[in-house]
Amino acid sequence: MAEMKYNVPNNQWPEHPERATQEGKNKFAGFWTFLGGETVLFASLFATYLALKDSVPSDDHLLAADLFHLELAFVMTMLLLTSSLTSVYAVYQMRNNNFSKMQLWLAVTVLLGAGFLALEIYEFYEYVQLGHTFRSSAFGSAFYILIGTHGFHVIIGLIWISGLIIRNATRGLSVYTAAKVNTAALYWHFIDVVWVFIFTIVYLLGVL
Amino acid sequence: MNFSFLKGKGLLLVSALTLFLAGCGTNELSTLRPAGEVGREQFNLMVISIIIMILVIVVVTILFTIAVLKSRRSKKGEDFEPKEVAGNHTLEVIWTSIPILLLLILAVPTVYFVFKQADTEASTDADGNVNAEETVINVRAYQYWWEFEYPTEQVVTSQELVVPTDKKVYFNLQGADVKHSFWVPAAGGKMDTNIDGINSFYLVFDDDAAQDADRLFYGKCAELCGPSHALMDFKVKALPEEEYDQWLADMKAVEEPVQASSEDAQRGEEIFNNSCMGCHATTPTSPGAMGPNLTNFGDRELIAGFLEHDQENLEAWIKDPEAFKPDNNMTGNYELSDEEIEAVATYLMELKVEEGSGDVSTLREPAEDEAAEESEEGGN
Amino acid sequence: MSTATTQKRGFLGTIWEYMTTVDHKKIAILYLIAGGFFFALGGIEAMLIRIQLAVPNNDFLSAGLFNEVITMHGTTMIFLAAMPLLFAFMNATVPLQIGARDVAFPFLNALGVWLFIFGGIFLNLSWFLGGAPDAGWTSYASLSIISPGHGIDFYAVGLQIAGAGTLISGINFVTTIITMRAPGMTYMRMPLMTWTTLIASVLIVFAFPPLTVGLFLLIFDRMFGSNFFIVEAGGNTIIWEHLFWIFGHPEVYVLILPAFGIFSEIFATFARKRLFGYSAMVFATVLIGFFGFMVWAHHMFTVGLGPTANAIFALATMAIAVPTGIKIFNWIFTIWGGSIEFTTPMMYALAFIPSFVMGGVTGIMQAVAPADYQYHDSYFIVAHFHYVIVGGVVFALLAGLHYYWPLMFSTMLNEKLGKVTFWFFLLGFHCTFLIQHFLGLWGMPRRVFTYLDGQGYNAANMISTVGAFMMAFAVIVLLINVVITLVKNEKVGRDPWGDGRTLEWSLPLPVPYYNFAQTPLIRGLDAFWLEKKEGNGEMLPAESLDDFHMPNNSIIPFIISLGLFIAGFGSLYFASGKDWAIDAVANLPERPWAIWLLVIGLAITFISMIVRSFKDDLGYYVKKEELIKDLEEQERGAK
Repeated sequence: MAEMKYNVPNNQWPEHPERATQEGKNKFAGFWTFLGGETVLFASLFATYLALKDSVPSDDHLLAADLFHLELAFVMTMLLLTSSLTSVYAVYQMRNNNFSKMQLWLAVTVLLGAGFLALEIYEFYEYVQLGHTFRSSAFGSAFYILIGTHGFHVIIGLIWISGLIIRNATRGLSVYTAAKVNTAALYWHFIDVVWVFIFTIVYLLGVL
Repeated sequence: MNFSFLKGKGLLLVSALTLFLAGCGTNELSTLRPAGEVGREQFNLMVISIIIMILVIVVVTILFTIAVLKSRRSKKGEDFEPKEVAGNHTLEVIWTSIPILLLLILAVPTVYFVFKQADTEASTDADGNVNAEETVINVRAYQYWWEFEYPTEQVVTSQELVVPTDKKVYFNLQGADVKHSFWVPAAGGKMDTNIDGINSFYLVFDDDAAQDADRLFYGKCAELCGPSHALMDFKVKALPEEEYDQWLADMKAVEEPVQASSEDAQRGEEIFNNSCMGCHATTPTSPGAMGPNLTNFGDRELIAGFLEHDQENLEAWIKDPEAFKPDNNMTGNYELSDEEIEAVATYLMELKVEEGSGDVSTLREPAEDEAAEESEEGGN
Repeated sequence: MSTATTQKRGFLGTIWEYMTTVDHKKIAILYLIAGGFFFALGGIEAMLIRIQLAVPNNDFLSAGLFNEVITMHGTTMIFLAAMPLLFAFMNATVPLQIGARDVAFPFLNALGVWLFIFGGIFLNLSWFLGGAPDAGWTSYASLSIISPGHGIDFYAVGLQIAGAGTLISGINFVTTIITMRAPGMTYMRMPLMTWTTLIASVLIVFAFPPLTVGLFLLIFDRMFGSNFFIVEAGGNTIIWEHLFWIFGHPEVYVLILPAFGIFSEIFATFARKRLFGYSAMVFATVLIGFFGFMVWAHHMFTVGLGPTANAIFALATMAIAVPTGIKIFNWIFTIWGGSIEFTTPMMYALAFIPSFVMGGVTGIMQAVAPADYQYHDSYFIVAHFHYVIVGGVVFALLAGLHYYWPLMFSTMLNEKLGKVTFWFFLLGFHCTFLIQHFLGLWGMPRRVFTYLDGQGYNAANMISTVGAFMMAFAVIVLLINVVITLVKNEKVGRDPWGDGRTLEWSLPLPVPYYNFAQTPLIRGLDAFWLEKKEGNGEMLPAESLDDFHMPNNSIIPFIISLGLFIAGFGSLYFASGKDWAIDAVANLPERPWAIWLLVIGLAITFISMIVRSFKDDLGYYVKKEELIKDLEEQERGAK
């Protein structure tokens, strides 16, 4: 029953280290539940966006088709999808009890995520220059709250994973830290999935 | 002690029944005295559902009473060990399927009338314009007052809706500032006046029922819209079609404001034109004004929708509207002395369109009139 | 951080203990105290409403103040009284019912309660800081957008803070019930209280995010210049109504399902008979939770969604009556042939059946959409939802208070006074609300601060007010009962009702802080009853007596919540006088210090979160020796 000893010898490293402890199991179940709630949160934001995407106070306001560049959105999508893949590598290395490679892939994930975030900030900057702001129209409000909430999640994810990398540097890999890495990776995948929907519903449908 | 629920229940039933029989509210205001097709359909649906629900309550009550009475520990003894029953499949099927059947009985008319009562196609012609053949009224709800526009006739009035009896009256509803809800309980259910778009529905006012209600139905705002939500009432004058047409024609004929007769009223008109005209029109056109249209103010039954219609109340209202309808938009927009207010009030009381037209009292037969009033005072 | 939690402390020590506790049993008491306080506040507001409406043209409350009172009454009762009080009983029972030593996330459990408490205080401080919210508990967008002052902002930010706490607690219970069940406690052996807690928590997880989004849209529109509900800029106010009711309807089931759970336990206990149709009950619970998400637009029949939407939502609403009916009949057949003991909790449970059925049938009447055009926003609706929420939820809370009191405090509430409360509450309740059905049918809209003389409403309103005073009297007797019980402090021992069936009653009273010295082995439904009848009356252990792990206390949940509380004021006053805010907020005087409040508040929260994540808190061990000592003591106490 004793769970204080988190450091397991390499030959006893479990197949699912993230769920090897009661805390790990709790984290796993609890985080999936949380993601269920997050899904509804984004569903509400998507619904709001769909209801308001053509709603501007007057005809001279820019709409989706005038604003969006699929090229940029595509590059952003690729960055985020790749970062999701690298986080899978990190979890894979975690399951193999390969600490340094896990750390490395986590770092790559953070870099790709930061690249995505930089492009998003550039995109917002460009739109603001064109007069499409949070306050310019209902479309603007709905757009920025949906993409912005996603962007906020990316920021949280980046802080979270960076924090883990720093913390792991001193405490190493154990069934205790494995659960934490796995949860962060789950979160990162979720962010990625939401972006796939954003790309389709906001950008693709907006331009088509 | 064991009859805990029986006592509560018995009291309920008795008090319920007495109240129900003592009077179903007033003719002009109660949903239980439907005054037309829509209200009657809704009332019938209420009755069907109440019958089914009473059936449910009776069955539950009987089972429950038997269960409680037969299973008291005082009766069964302190050491009685009840048989452990896991459940009963047959019973579960019974009390799943019977409610489903009952609900189906309810569901069919529900769906039918949902679609029937939402059918306002006749109110517009093929081009989507207002159909001149039908009675169509645009209702605009403002914080604490109502504007009624007759789009085919270019007539605008406020606070007192005039409708023809024995035909469908179509309403296009919209809120001007916040969301309100348009409700004439006796004629039928309500519909919200959203600020985002126009809602349409229809009501019917039977002539007989209108007669019983002294041709005046009560309307209310049913959606919380600010401090004076409770006072956002209006009256509905239901007139026979000829009278209604006459009233419309008389209103339409007003191209200049009604001329003041007395000297006092003339002075009042002058003050009105200087201080009040900015918000209140005295000709029956131009919808969407800041304040209620007052063209036929002198003909109306109520001041501000809920005060008795006399000079004294009118003066008090103009002097301090905030005291009557808190948070209204009239307060503070003018400064008048007491004498000026008196003059304006005198003028306003003279704003009558074609004496007699649309005056419901002339449509009442004298004897009936008194009887009706008495019964109203009787506290239905 | 403290390790030993059992030693005696002074008054300040006790306060500190409760501020830092992560023990679900103490958190239950926190929920009970705070929820009880807000229940009293909401009750006072209810009395103000009924006094104002006792006679026509009354001027006891002004029109504006009346709207603030009804808004705060509804908001307080739903968010700050009913839900937290249910959380109190969930926390007190669920971990014990499933044989766990604590919840899955004790730290988050504490965070949940403190967020709720600070959110509730934040919301109520609006009374002293420029006026309470006044757009009704539903806060429909067009009215809430123009509402002057910061009232609505207090509502939005306060609910956001309290709602975050609720969401966290919901996730916590879902996880606890999934992962922390003792060996043998399969899903189909879980007591109904645990089942309903699970489903209600799932509903919380899926229903609160739409409210979160809606509140954010409202906050941004009012204070930061966005245009979600500003029609001139393309906004649409109906979005708020949808978001609110997508939350709001499941919320009703969040309240009523745990109430069903409490009653299910009470029926079985005091009829001395297992719950009839257990699996049907579970199935009905799940089904209600599922349907609960598909009926929200029945609150919007008059909005003009069109006949197709109205018809679909009407049918879905009727469908939800079926599983509720299943439950009612199963309860009746639970007591059928049983041996009913008329204890106070059982009285509430028995009174609940007819009362709730009356509320239920008026609900089905409203599903008949065309008829609902008449009922909608009238006093009929007020009568209906008070019948289900008072006749269902509040009865359950009062029943649960008497029933679980010994589990939480190891004493018994006075039965005589309990029955006085019961009778006054029951009669007062029907007296208050039955008549309101008729007021609605006679054309009285809800949320009116007064009514005119001569419309036939006078007598009925007076009757209603008299009933309200009877309920108030009942609650005062209850308070006296609580005080007397606490002062007397006559301890009771294990299984104080004598007929306890579920696992929580197998524990010694007071329940040790670690709940189970040895995790029990569950051999069937009504695990404790089973051991009483087929075993020796003791739970069989599923593990040998050994050291086990418990979480440390922490002040961090308190500090995180405090930070958000401060930041809430910052965000609110930051918008004062800013030209991008809506007129009602832009007209307020500017507050240059607000930005610092916002920064400091957020800094407190984030720094405490960082401290939490950068300092591994691995908890402590309860030693075998201590357990043996405790067990010996219990044995001596039993003799």
